[in-house]
Amino acid sequence: MSGKPRLTYLNGRGRMESIRWLLAAAGVEFEEVYLETKEQYDKLIKDGFLLFQQVPLVEIDGMKMVQTRAIMSYIAGKYNLHGKDLKERALIDMYVEGISDLMQMILMFPFSPPDAKEKNLESIKERATNRYFPVFEKVLKQHGQDFLVGNKFSWADVQLMEAILAVEEKVPAVLSGFPQLQVFKTKMSNMPTIKKFLQPGSPRKPPPDAHYVETVLKVFKK
Amino acid sequence: MSAKPKLYYFAGRGKMESIRWLLAAAGVEFEEEFLETRDQYEKLLQGGCLLFQQVPMVEIDGMKMVQTRAILSYIAAKYNLYGKDLKERALIDMYVGGTDDLMGFILMFPFLSAEDKEKQRAIIIQKATSRYFPVYEKVLKDHGQDFLVGNNFSWADVHLLEAILMVEEKKSDVLSGFPQLQAFKARISSIPTIKKFLEPGSQRKPVPDDKYVETVRRVLRMYYDVKAN
Repeated sequence: MSGKPRLTYLNGRGRMESIRWLLAAAGVEFEEVYLETKEQYDKLIKDGFLLFQQVPLVEIDGMKMVQTRAIMSYIAGKYNLHGKDLKERALIDMYVEGISDLMQMILMFPFSPPDAKEKNLESIKERATNRYFPVFEKVLKQHGQDFLVGNKFSWADVQLMEAILAVEEKVPAVLSGFPQLQVFKTKMSNMPTIKKFLQPGSPRKPPPDAHYVETVLKVFKK
Repeated sequence: MSAKPKLYYFAGRGKMESIRWLLAAAGVEFEEEFLETRDQYEKLLQGGCLLFQQVPMVEIDGMKMVQTRAILSYIAAKYNLYGKDLKERALIDMYVGGTDDLMGFILMFPFLSAEDKEKQRAIIIQKATSRYFPVYEKVLKDHGQDFLVGNNFSWADVHLLEAILMVEEKKSDVLSGFPQLQAFKARISSIPTIKKFLEPGSQRKPVPDDKYVETVRRVLRMYYDVKAN
């Protein structure tokens, strides 16, 4: 039995992608099991693997962990990406939760009805440029450090990097008003573990397409 | 300046209620400022008090904290309600994630149309009895201890009690198939800090009514057309 964490999810981004990012950023190798059929999913439930009958599932350190936030908190804590004390942890948590709200909009986007897609895309652009990116632009400008919290690489940096790239896929020039974030993006891209994750052949998943949406609907059909 | 945490929110449950529960359970006194007008909210925005332009906001230990989960995690850790190590914390986080999802179905309930409310009530009961309550029933049965994690009172216990009471408000006999949860409810309710919070006159907020919905809509200029899950 391998000591590596094992991820069970669909073969696509969804809620598991942030976990892939964090493990990769921490330099942790992992295995993946892809759900392709409803039968596979039903079997996981029947065998008692999914505490609340949901994925993501990450088998790590003898635990069958579910709940995305719980999983990421555990990984961040284990690999020293959660700040040096309670106050730094609080800052990281605030930043990560904010970014997560933005990522939620992107997560749901492929599943919105065709006539709502344009409006939803506009919402993503509006929120990114008016609510979320200005916060991190200001944080970086004010302390002038390379990383968001405590002058040290943390979960917050990984999450922000993921969000920047995800929004750019939808709104290519979105960073044009954010010079600090542009510099941040470059710095993060050059960190060895992240650089590796951004290369072809890594476990990073492509943007969701029609096939992914179809698989989700099929696997989780009631 | 008071050293007590100060909570900024509407005079109602919403996302702040879990924070009130946790502070109360930890025996921490807190102050509250209730948002009643749009002007108050805009003043907070202009003052740069709301990191992502949203409430809940809690002033605590020199920080203006936002994001419910971040606030709860901080309080839990500060008052030793977050387990003794990383693995216990992981369990607590998983359990709280579940009760949070369950309470999420109830959070939007007051904003739904009358017709959608009926559908949502059924969904809440179904999720509670088939997905969430069985998990906690089994956890308690398997280890036979008083508390969910590590034989110690934690955030997970507070959150589960809050969820149980909220679901019971929708169906009073919802715990009838869950003897462990019935005993759990009685036990946790009798912890002195919680008992106090459950008494009239505490800072616990009542079931949201139309006035609450109207205040939220007026202050935030949002949530006019909320659909069920």
